[in-house]
Amino acid sequence: MTASADNQAHGATATGSADTRDSDYDGYDDYDEGRVYNVAGGDWDEIVSGAVGDDRSSDEHMVINMGPQHPSTHGVLRLILTLDGETVTELRPVIGYLHTGIEKNMEFRTWTQGVTFCTRMDYLSPLFNESAYCLAVERLLGIEAEIPERASVMRVLLMELNRISSHLTAIGTFGLELGATTVFIYGMREREKTLDIFELITGLRMNHAFIRPGGVVQDLPAGAIERLREYLRVMPGLLGEIRALLDHAPVYLARTRNIAYLDVTGCMSLGVTGPILRAAGLPWDLRKSQPYCGYETYDFDVATQQSADVYGRYRVRMDEMDQSLRIIAQCVDRLAGTSGPVMIGDAKIGWPAKLALGPDGMGNSPDHIAHIMSQSMEALIHHFKLVTEGFRVPAGQVYAAVESPRGELGCHAVSDGGTRPYRVHFRDPSFTNLQAVSVMSEGGMIADVIAAVASIDPVMGGVDR
Amino acid sequence: MGIEEKLPAGILLTTVEQIAGYARKSSVWPATFGLACCAIELFSAGGPRHDLARFGMERASATPRQADLMIVAGRVSQKMAPVLRQIYDQMSEPKWVISMGVCASSGGMFNNYAIVQGVDHIVPVDIYLPGCPPRPEMLIDSIVKLHDKIQNMKLGVNRERQVTELEEAGLRRLPLTAGSAVHSGAGQSATVQAGAVQPGALEPAGRLQLGLIDQSVHADDTGGMR
Amino acid sequence: MTQPNEPAQGGAAQGGAAQGGAGKGAGDDSTGQGSTAVPDPAALAGRERLAEQVARSGMFGTMTTGDTSGYGGLQVRRAPRLASPRPYGSYFDEIADRLADSLATGGPSFGAAVEQVVVANGDLTFYVQREHLISVAAKLRDDPTLAFEMCLGVSGVHYPTDTGQELHAVYHLLSITHNRRLRLEVTAPDADPHVPSLVGVYPTCNFHERETWDFFGLVFDGHPALTRIEMPDDWRGHPQRKDYPLGGIPVEYRGATIPPPDERRSYE
Repeated sequence: MTASADNQAHGATATGSADTRDSDYDGYDDYDEGRVYNVAGGDWDEIVSGAVGDDRSSDEHMVINMGPQHPSTHGVLRLILTLDGETVTELRPVIGYLHTGIEKNMEFRTWTQGVTFCTRMDYLSPLFNESAYCLAVERLLGIEAEIPERASVMRVLLMELNRISSHLTAIGTFGLELGATTVFIYGMREREKTLDIFELITGLRMNHAFIRPGGVVQDLPAGAIERLREYLRVMPGLLGEIRALLDHAPVYLARTRNIAYLDVTGCMSLGVTGPILRAAGLPWDLRKSQPYCGYETYDFDVATQQSADVYGRYRVRMDEMDQSLRIIAQCVDRLAGTSGPVMIGDAKIGWPAKLALGPDGMGNSPDHIAHIMSQSMEALIHHFKLVTEGFRVPAGQVYAAVESPRGELGCHAVSDGGTRPYRVHFRDPSFTNLQAVSVMSEGGMIADVIAAVASIDPVMGGVDR
Repeated sequence: MGIEEKLPAGILLTTVEQIAGYARKSSVWPATFGLACCAIELFSAGGPRHDLARFGMERASATPRQADLMIVAGRVSQKMAPVLRQIYDQMSEPKWVISMGVCASSGGMFNNYAIVQGVDHIVPVDIYLPGCPPRPEMLIDSIVKLHDKIQNMKLGVNRERQVTELEEAGLRRLPLTAGSAVHSGAGQSATVQAGAVQPGALEPAGRLQLGLIDQSVHADDTGGMR
Repeated sequence: MTQPNEPAQGGAAQGGAAQGGAGKGAGDDSTGQGSTAVPDPAALAGRERLAEQVARSGMFGTMTTGDTSGYGGLQVRRAPRLASPRPYGSYFDEIADRLADSLATGGPSFGAAVEQVVVANGDLTFYVQREHLISVAAKLRDDPTLAFEMCLGVSGVHYPTDTGQELHAVYHLLSITHNRRLRLEVTAPDADPHVPSLVGVYPTCNFHERETWDFFGLVFDGHPALTRIEMPDDWRGHPQRKDYPLGGIPVEYRGATIPPPDERRSYE
């Protein structure tokens, strides 16, 4: 604002144009950018209202791109922020940077091979993807009642372990994004223990393809029960360490209390499920309301908070991990000392191989090979046809949902009666929950955008599929 | 640096190469380019059990301007490809690329419309690391191999000579037939070095597109890969 | 799990394709010129190979259908969609009756709006006429006995053989109050792929409808911003339709072998 000898006393002047040059110092009126309001007498209110009433030109609001490559966005998420200073006035998420065409690709593979594909969608909770898909396929096949008990217990065990590892990653990266790198190290350390258990049971640390239509691939190996008990012994203490670090840390509380508020109405309209909904106060958990895999027989609580903010979601995740440890203890008790089949007995559906560890890794056990090669022609035919062609699934469509660490993960499977899916669509929780990020962050500050995204915990593999 | 341009080939240039190589390899800063599942194993590699900090790599620079190494961890979709190239272009020399996982190396299991079938379509790759996802130990193995490569990188006059030699060799190389085999060999690692002619004295491959027909696994002239 | 498709049309074309993007093959020829007067025949052959016509460049387009199961001759006939007779079982009757009553008070009649009711695999599906979709959804959401507060998104399915009803949009609804699920299915022909948008009733459908538009070309009328969400903005075609190829490249194994297990590296 300059007081100049110009006769334009009120309102806005065009920028940069030198109207008069009365003296050498008038050159300083030449601004290249920005609006210049000349106040040389007149009503202050009029001038101010004139200035404010102008269209907010683009140099008031910045459009900043938090592009797909950024350490603080969970994977390749692009956020286009319109900023007024430090305040976010508009936020638009752009996704699709990890679109893999998994759903279309599954239409070209058999039903069992589809497990390997869908497991890589939400890559932090692969066993949940597999589980939702297998439940859908089993419902289409009509064999839900024939899944062996032991297979269901193992599915629950693996899913709860996966819930713990997923929440640990969530909390670890949460801390990392807020600048607390120690939390990341703690989370990764705990996660390594969980991945060790996965490696022992399924053979892989991630993307297991272990849960297949009909059951699970393999029974627990020797020593798994002891390892699980050891795990259950140490984990509560380690989780307690993370709690001790974060639960009452003042900086953490300042950054997460009352940030990214989303109440139950907002969640309902945006279709948000999972820890966000439970942190808003609604105890909706598919494991309790619409149980699957025998969840109704386990004793656990649904963790809720009332605050509907980032801190509440953090507490919900920590509590859920404790509940998962409870469920795992019950699973271990059921699995220890008992035995039974882990794949459906129906030879036309169940995956035929009995696997065993050989010199080159896991493969068909010598017993199984002897059986199909020398003892039973029928078994050989079944093995061959199941592996190459796959089983036929009756025509129809079904929607099966599980409670994944991020919310309701649903699989809508359409079969046309053949050996390959006609259409598989996954209702991924992160995809839906990500719509809430703009609602949560607009009006807040940029740093809170990071906290909001972290509290939603989106996994872009699931978002983009 | 500039000094290496002025030195004639000889013991002085070789010494400078070794010193520069040692300095460069001792603190390679990776650019965070974690895309999908492999990114999670990248995080684990930075965790306390498999520690990337022992290589000076724990400081992952989010800004590509300060990064030396781009570990493309995960599947690169068609939408992400230009972003990948832009990040690569923003990195300053010298820079290296590890394509981590099969999806980055060749498209992996996703042979479809949405995934770029190998990031070497977009950026020149120095080390291909297979696995779905590769274990953190495998990632560390590939980083160690990259360190070898960095240590022995030639500079100045030597480099120009090497480039000419590689080009001639590349033009002379015949496409593979079914008879010639590539073997990983006893005790060899699963990682493959791109454009390998002489192990240990390698140009960051692909910075020059030599017009090689097969830049992927090929029969090694020296009869085995180190 | 993928099986190699037919081999590429000659190594040169493949090589041309692989290096086509870089375009440096021709450029580097000049630096390869030695100072010798007689050019090396092998280098000459190399240059000739590089000068051949590029047969194919780019990464798309399989020669075949992309069917890698080796079972291309399979003819599968889809079972017809049979309406289920009453009684439907469990809570399905209650939903149907309550919806009929609710629609009777205002809006289209149940018979006009819902052309078919199918109960299968433990799910209740209403096949809704697309003109009446919004009124049916609003009733389902607002009526307290129905109370389907949450929509779990839209899924598209493409049935190219179902002339007149090629594109299906499938909505899954969830009632938290009553712990129930319901499926609405809307059809649209390929010639007129329009369905009214449910964003006004269930805002969560925003991203889902964009995705269905992106992948199937199903236009949701009334959507605030119907743009591509997963594919790049300038992509042509709708990938998950059945007439869109899977894409990819023919896979070749150029003499690679896997060593016997005792000679492989162990990472123990």
